[in-house]
Amino acid sequence: MTKEEKYQKLKDIIKIYLPEDVNIIDVKEDSNFISELNINSANLVDIVLDVEDAFDIRLENEDMDEMQTVANALRIIETKLSEK
Amino acid sequence: MEAKVFVKIEYMTNLQAIIDELPYTAPFLFVDELVRVDADGAEGHFTFLPQLDFYKGHFKENPVTPGVILTECCAQIGVVCLGIYLIKAGASDKKLQMGMSSSQMEFLKPVLPNEKVRVVSKKIYYRFQKLKCEVKMYDSKGGLVCKGEIAGMITTDLDG
Repeated sequence: MTKEEKYQKLKDIIKIYLPEDVNIIDVKEDSNFISELNINSANLVDIVLDVEDAFDIRLENEDMDEMQTVANALRIIETKLSEK
Repeated sequence: MEAKVFVKIEYMTNLQAIIDELPYTAPFLFVDELVRVDADGAEGHFTFLPQLDFYKGHFKENPVTPGVILTECCAQIGVVCLGIYLIKAGASDKKLQMGMSSSQMEFLKPVLPNEKVRVVSKKIYYRFQKLKCEVKMYDSKGGLVCKGEIAGMITTDLDG
């Protein structure tokens, strides 16, 4: 899977949890999930669980703490996939 | 035999300790008794006494328990009591903070004053401080009153 494909797959997941006032085209790599995309912490957990299923990886509490932006999420996915 | 009785009494004491931990009180405590709490779910009872305040207005001269109150009862027994059990299993003395994050409920039967309901929850997942459960409420005749999914965030003071 290329980086672009991973990014697209992640965006498809994020899209489900975006509030109505945020459009998927507003999602950039440096977007902060909570402060910029208005995703609450409960929905961020759902994003993580969907990411786990979609990429067949498992995230830990430290990964969750690190996951502030879309770029953070992509890096965590890359790391987990490379460890497999 | 004696040991078995002792275990049962200790279990009941633990269940009461969970109720004592609840951050609610009348008129917004909707848990009378817990009969089972384990890693997979919780089960408990509540009786909707006719003097509860909301019956005065829901509805005019026709008291029916509001759906939001049934949802709250399901959440307190099924999600919050289970959450307290799960967090305490992680041996924490810290003060709990919790909030419902989502609920999706279907209401199948009205609940009238004096009804003793039973709530049964089943854990869907508990990860990253989010607890999501499938909940069902039954009336005293065993009829399904409502069912759905409720999720909440459960954190301790120090988790930030």
